[in-house]
Amino acid sequence: MSPAPFNTPEGIGIWIGALLTFCVFSFLYKDNPFYKLAEHLFVGVSAGYYIILNWWTVIYPNLLEPLTKAFAGKGVTERTGMFAAELGDYRGFLLFPALLGVLLFTRLFGRIGWLSRWSLAIIIGVYAGLQTTGFAQGDFVAQVQASLQPLWTGNFLTSVSAVIFTVGLITSLLFFFFSREHKGALGVASRIGVFFLMVGFGAGYGYTVMSRVSLLIGRFQFLLEDWLGIVR
Amino acid sequence: MSLATFFEKLDRRWIFLAMGLLVLFPLLFPLALPLFVSSPVASFVKAVDSIPDGSKVLMSCDYDPSGIPEMVPMTRTALRHLLDKKCKVIITVLWNGGPGLVDKVVRKVVDEEYPDLKYGVDYVNLGYKAGDEAVMVLMGQGIVNAFPKDYRGSDTRSMPIMRGVRDYSSFPMLVNISSGYPGTKEWVQQVQARFHLPMVAGVTAVSAPEFYPYLQSGQLLGLLGGMAGAAEYEKARGEKGSATRGMDAQSLAHFFVAFCILLGNVVQWTKRRRAGA
Repeated sequence: MSPAPFNTPEGIGIWIGALLTFCVFSFLYKDNPFYKLAEHLFVGVSAGYYIILNWWTVIYPNLLEPLTKAFAGKGVTERTGMFAAELGDYRGFLLFPALLGVLLFTRLFGRIGWLSRWSLAIIIGVYAGLQTTGFAQGDFVAQVQASLQPLWTGNFLTSVSAVIFTVGLITSLLFFFFSREHKGALGVASRIGVFFLMVGFGAGYGYTVMSRVSLLIGRFQFLLEDWLGIVR
Repeated sequence: MSLATFFEKLDRRWIFLAMGLLVLFPLLFPLALPLFVSSPVASFVKAVDSIPDGSKVLMSCDYDPSGIPEMVPMTRTALRHLLDKKCKVIITVLWNGGPGLVDKVVRKVVDEEYPDLKYGVDYVNLGYKAGDEAVMVLMGQGIVNAFPKDYRGSDTRSMPIMRGVRDYSSFPMLVNISSGYPGTKEWVQQVQARFHLPMVAGVTAVSAPEFYPYLQSGQLLGLLGGMAGAAEYEKARGEKGSATRGMDAQSLAHFFVAFCILLGNVVQWTKRRRAGA
C-alpha cells in the first residue's frame, strides 16, 4: 500500500482531487480563498466539459454527421443518392430541429430574441405532453390501482399491514382536505393523518442523513484508499 | 455556566470535527457491525436472478460524480451479477456528468474480473444522450436511432451486441441505477408504464422514500436505497465492496446524529423549564 504516484496521469489526477477535497473541506472552518478557488474551478471546468460532451455525444452523432451523410448521398445500405438512407439514419429533415436549435441563440440578440420562443414553445409542449402522459400512466392510475387493497388477505400479519396502509392513506388524504374546519371526526382523522405524515418525514430525514453521510464517507474512502493507499 | 448553556453556545465546528472523526475511525479500524439483507434488496436480487442467462439487458446508469459513494458500488455489483449470468449488458447514461465515470467503473470491473469479455460483443457503453424523457421515448422507437454512436464514437449499428436489438422489447429487464432527475421516476413513467418493461432500481438514500410506492405497486421489482442498499446487495452476493466498508462509519454517524437531536431537545426542554420556573 502506497500513496498515489505523482508520475502518472491518473496519479496526478488523484493528487489534484485530494487537494481540491481539502480546499472544499476548509469551508467547514470558515469561508476562505482555497474554497473559492475550488468552487470557481468546478464551475469553469464543468461548463467547458458539458459543452464538449454535448458536442461529441449529441450534436455531432445525432445532427451533423447524419446531415452531412444525407446531403452527400450516403446511406448505410448499398443504395446511394439523396433518399438512400433508411429511416432513423441519415435524415435531411434534421435541418428543422437544427434550425430550432439555432433560433434559441437569438435570445442573445435583443431585437430578434422573440424568435427563440418558437423553439421554447416546442420544447415546453413536448415535455408537458411527455410528463402528463407519463404521470397519468406511471403514477396516477398505477398508484390508485395499487392502493385498492383487500383488508383481509387470509394472512393475519399482511391483513394488519393492509389495514394500517389503508388507514394511513385515508387519514393522510383527509389532512389535506381544507374545505371544512378540522373539528370532530375530521379533526380526529386529520390528527391520525399527521401521525402517519410524521413517520414519513422521519423516514425521509433518516434517509437524507444517510445520503449526506455517504458523501463524506465517499470522500474519506477516496483519501484513504486512492490517495494515501493505507486502506483497501 | 450550566451544561445546557455550554451546549447551546457550543461552536458547531466541534460537531463537524466529531462527525469527521466518527466517520474516519471505522474506516481505519473496521468494527464489522452486523448487516442484514432487507426485503427490497432481496427482491432486487431475486428479480435479477430471474433474468434468463445470456439475455441482453439494458442498464441505465444515471448519475454523476456526486453519487459515487452510493451509486458506484451498486453499479459494480449489478454489473458483476449480470455478467456472471452471461448476460450481454447495454449501458446508457442520461446524466451529462456521468459517461466518463460510468465508463471507468465498467472498464475496471470487466478488465480486472472478466478479461475474456469483449467490448461491443459482451457489453457496450452507449454513453450519454441529452433529452431526458425524450431519449427514453426515442429509445422505444429504436435503440440505435437514439444512440448511433457509443461512448467511444464507434458506430453502434455494426456492433455484434446490437444485432437483434430493436427497442425495449429486446430486453427482459431494465436495471436502473439513478441519482435523481432523469432517473428511476422517469424510467417508471415513460418506459415501465408505457412499454411494460420490468425494472429494478438502485437509488440514492435521499430519494429512496419516493420509490417505495413503486415497489409496493409492483412497478419496481426490487429497490436498493443508498449506501445501505448497496451494502446489503454486496452481502447478498457475497462481496465485500466499498459500501460494506462504509457501513460501520454510516452506523456511527447515525448514532451521533440521533444523539445530537436528543441532546438538542433536552437542552431546549431544560431551558424552557428554567424560564417557566
